[in-house]
Amino acid sequence: MTPSLETRDLTIRFGGHVAVDHVSCAFFPGELTAIVGPNGAGKTTYFNLMSGQLAASDGAVLIGGVDVTPLSAPKRTRLGLGRAFQLTNLFPRLSVGENVRLATQAKAGVHYDMRRPWRASHDLVERADAVLASVGLLDKRDAPAAALPHGDQRKLEVAMMMALEPSIFMFDEPTAGMSVDEVPVILGLIARLKADKSKTILLVEHKMDVVRSLADRIIVLADGRLAADGEPAAVIASPIVQEAYLGVAPGARA
Amino acid sequence: MSAALTLQGVHTHIGRYHILQGVDFDAPAGRTTMLLGRNGAGKTTTLRTIMGLWRASKGRIALGATALEKLAASDVARLGVGYAPETMAVFSDLTVKENLVLGARQGALDDARLAWIFGFFPALKKFWLSRAGALSGGQKQMLSIARAIVEPRELLLIDEPTKGLAPAIVGALIACLNEIKATGVTILLVEQNFRVAREVGDEVRVMDNGLIVHRGPMAALAADEALQNRLLGLSLASHQ
Repeated sequence: MTPSLETRDLTIRFGGHVAVDHVSCAFFPGELTAIVGPNGAGKTTYFNLMSGQLAASDGAVLIGGVDVTPLSAPKRTRLGLGRAFQLTNLFPRLSVGENVRLATQAKAGVHYDMRRPWRASHDLVERADAVLASVGLLDKRDAPAAALPHGDQRKLEVAMMMALEPSIFMFDEPTAGMSVDEVPVILGLIARLKADKSKTILLVEHKMDVVRSLADRIIVLADGRLAADGEPAAVIASPIVQEAYLGVAPGARA
Repeated sequence: MSAALTLQGVHTHIGRYHILQGVDFDAPAGRTTMLLGRNGAGKTTTLRTIMGLWRASKGRIALGATALEKLAASDVARLGVGYAPETMAVFSDLTVKENLVLGARQGALDDARLAWIFGFFPALKKFWLSRAGALSGGQKQMLSIARAIVEPRELLLIDEPTKGLAPAIVGALIACLNEIKATGVTILLVEQNFRVAREVGDEVRVMDNGLIVHRGPMAALAADEALQNRLLGLSLASHQ
């Protein structure tokens, strides 16, 4: 099977610091891969290289077997790559509904037209409402995005990604900053995407219970390198995860 | 021993939104008080109002005998209040060292204190002279916490310190907070991770819709699943 997303010797240097160091890895439809590793291991940078927020110093990124390394982030989005960020990115002065509608419009290729107000595009509005309902934000549709509490802003960002209907979903700590009653909403959403079996899902997550419940596969980054790759139970039991990541080795600071 | 923090009938408006609607609670001197509650309950607004980043429209805020509610944030900071916001807020164009110098009221860093901080967060030592903007998200979070604790404080306000931290660093942070508490500092801590709340909290205050709806010892809440369900909305068992 052709991987939906692949990196080959992907590398980026910041001055003398190699933040991502020759990472080769392939991701497939129907598979949820969790990416774990110590703070500063290069997880978010790896995401940025795949989604096009950063340009690689070396190596290649492929979407569906096509080399997209020279393409911008928006062009990669049009090829089906969706990304939610560790720090929330929204249009703060627009309403919750408007934020999502922009994404549904972008997906449909509808541009601004003075003769045709957005309200006339019933299908887009309905689609935006359906996406908002799926993340539990429909009742806040008319509030400005900036007025939402942090957890709701994160849900809104996930909603915008879903509205783009990508085939590859990249989540960077989606539950960080969410209260315990809200975490299941996002986890349920990711589980539904996973049940679809056609989506490729990448998840950076520090909560090991979340990783255990969702991941089909775990890759470990440490100092910018791919340190482990495999089935969850085996990777979690490996010394690199136990010592460097979970800090449970004898002699580790309690 | 530091002073207690007291809030009486505190209201805060942000634009046309009435966020805090009469917040009453105390954080006892030299203890760690957890401020819990659902998203949107007003926890972050409470910390920002104490710090002077939002102006209370009504009510009283006191650290010991000193009224805070009319003070600018810079004056609150000079009284010895350290604040780590939830946003990984660091000065990106300054180095790690310069960020910490800004957190020290006299502008001088204490070597022994730094060595103690580096013990918990070794990444800060490694990137000491690097631009803070080049740090990873979790490392920025460590820097933000380090800046709040770079010198002894009277009161620490910390908003979601474990957000974005790898499990090994969460363990270091718990140890760090407990060592700070042992020096007698008053701590007010917002934290969604209940395991962490249980391990560091002495007292707990729970907010909902801009009001305090529960006050008591943390151990009592940790032992009462029905109460957790009622106050926090869900069985916490799967998140510990």
